[in-house]
Amino acid sequence: MAEVTLTNVSKSFGEDVALDDVTMTVPDGSFVVLLGPTGAGKTTTLRMVSGLDKPDKGGITIGGRDMAGMTPAQRDVTMVFQQYSLYPHLTVRQNLEFPLKSPILRTPQPEIDRKVNEVAEVLQISHKLDNKATALSGGEMQRVSIGRALVRQPSVYLMDEPLSSLDAKLRSDLRIELKGIQANSGATLLYVTHDQIEAMTMATHVGVLDNGKLVQFGTPRELYENPVSVYAASRLGQPRINVLPADIFGGAPGAATHIGLRPEQILQGDGEDSTVHRVEHLGDQTRLHLSFKSHDLITVTDAHTDLKAGDIVKIRPHEALYFGADGARVA
Amino acid sequence: MAQIRIESVRKDFGSFNAVKSSTFTIEDGEFFMLLGPSGCGKTTTLRMMAGLELPTSGEIYIDGEEVSQKPASQRDIAFVFQMFALYPHMNVGKNISYPLLCQGMPKAQVRKKVGEIAEILGITDILKKPVGGLSGGDRQRVALGRAIVRDPKAFFMDEPLGALDAEFREHMSEELRNLHDRMNATTVYVTHDQLEAMQMGDKIVVMNHGSVEQFGVPQEIYDWPATKFVAQFIGSPCMNFLDFKGKVAGGQVSVQLDNAVLNMPELLDGASGDLTFGVRPEHVHLDDAAPYRGKVVATEYLGTTQIITLDTPNGQIKAREDSLKNVAVGEQIGLRFDARTVTIFDASTGRALRSHANQGVLSHG
Repeated sequence: MAEVTLTNVSKSFGEDVALDDVTMTVPDGSFVVLLGPTGAGKTTTLRMVSGLDKPDKGGITIGGRDMAGMTPAQRDVTMVFQQYSLYPHLTVRQNLEFPLKSPILRTPQPEIDRKVNEVAEVLQISHKLDNKATALSGGEMQRVSIGRALVRQPSVYLMDEPLSSLDAKLRSDLRIELKGIQANSGATLLYVTHDQIEAMTMATHVGVLDNGKLVQFGTPRELYENPVSVYAASRLGQPRINVLPADIFGGAPGAATHIGLRPEQILQGDGEDSTVHRVEHLGDQTRLHLSFKSHDLITVTDAHTDLKAGDIVKIRPHEALYFGADGARVA
Repeated sequence: MAQIRIESVRKDFGSFNAVKSSTFTIEDGEFFMLLGPSGCGKTTTLRMMAGLELPTSGEIYIDGEEVSQKPASQRDIAFVFQMFALYPHMNVGKNISYPLLCQGMPKAQVRKKVGEIAEILGITDILKKPVGGLSGGDRQRVALGRAIVRDPKAFFMDEPLGALDAEFREHMSEELRNLHDRMNATTVYVTHDQLEAMQMGDKIVVMNHGSVEQFGVPQEIYDWPATKFVAQFIGSPCMNFLDFKGKVAGGQVSVQLDNAVLNMPELLDGASGDLTFGVRPEHVHLDDAAPYRGKVVATEYLGTTQIITLDTPNGQIKAREDSLKNVAVGEQIGLRFDARTVTIFDASTGRALRSHANQGVLSHG
């Protein structure tokens, strides 16, 4: 397993700047999740590390070795794509064995069997091992393609939204499994997603990308509790952070133009009047849509609240975040 | 606007039974969700209400009138599809006015009506624009405008937000719901997303394999599921199931699992054999003093809360706890379940046993 570094990496496709001077260290044995909306540069970053694309500027190292000019095969990485690609004429077992049968690795057959069975178990596809790869559902094919990466022990695993095509139950099972595999094997994993739940639950570190720039890098908790900007703060948390004019409650620091309030930073029962505009019962919690001085905000309350549209709730901020005119955090 | 009543509606495609005898009522002005996994029959049910499919048997009443064998054009409803199609050669205003001009409404009246609708949807300033250059959100608003302008008896929507990305979807679902609150139009909405159903719906029908599993208001369905399927389909993470073998009888207020006595609401029904003790993750509490033990398998940070996965003698379960609580993987820990919230299921039928707590909900579901 190995550390991965990117130093001042930039990449453009014609006029489009996909990555803009990104410097980042993926520590050895860490699970780093790159988070951002479509077009932020997540997949481009993965492709640079894997060697499928070359940076215009900057350097990449894996395990201390400079990767300039190295082919994907020489880099000792495995990549799982969003779109699975399996060998259609082979069975599931043969697909999973394939990377281990490479002439460079010369893995003994009992070892191959052990590895394949273990991975199939984890991914809940043991009962399909002897099926043709084409006789599987989309979700099963994606699990086989994850499995094909996991049977090997490369320097780095690279994964591009591997769970996005799976149903909710399987996704939640595999989140735990992937995290467990990574933690137990000490593997280095660089993972791309736009799903904040995946980022929060699996990552040791999250990198937030905005239009090709790395705007924050830290643990999920650092990102959630201490975001550097409105943009970073909006990446994590459901319902999303409320952003209002800074002076709406009074007491804002001078440089602040906006106040950011996560739902739990809005205390109820004390402070100024707001009007309940809509109540959404989600089961384990209830979301309150409030109107406050002609602004909308969303907070959460007890699942079995009696509040209904039209009611008045007093609210006040608690440990709010403050942002400046450019969106950067000021307090 | 109208009440819609579905009575014993069934649909077969050849030898395949898509919808088994379904019965439920959508009240006037309700925002009503048809929820279920793919293949459960929800879209077929909606298409039968709209007249795009004819039921094999059963009746459909719109505003008291039996319409099950009538074509869509005679039902006076509006259908909004997942892929909204606009007339590309017309501008926004013409797209919206088209259905009225087809009905032969006088031009002055059409202009007034289109103006009102544009106001409601917040698209007054783009009425003169061609539809070609519009953003996804505006296109959807125009498609809605064209549906609303006719004042139909009901709106039917089949996963209208399915193709949108998460951020925009959240925004549009709020907008749809606000629009509904302003117009109070009876709306039937198909989705496979349980959160969307809970968030937007006044009432939900949960379907599975062509059958109605449960029907009611979101919070009641969440708290008191009628079947194990509903308990698992609604909620994220879903309800925990502790499986055990045994016998329970009416009047019983606790069960014994792995030498621990677990309390529950007083049962009205009895059952024996394979049983399931169901409890939601937020009602599982880590408590060193509790006799029932579990071993921590994983913890997942979620901001204010964390999800803790535990192995127990009766299967794997999840607990939702404050994220400030320190929990280590591998730790053996006592588990306390909030007795007031427990549901016991007969695992062989998958149905919830009636208790003092859930009888009110189950009797009308």
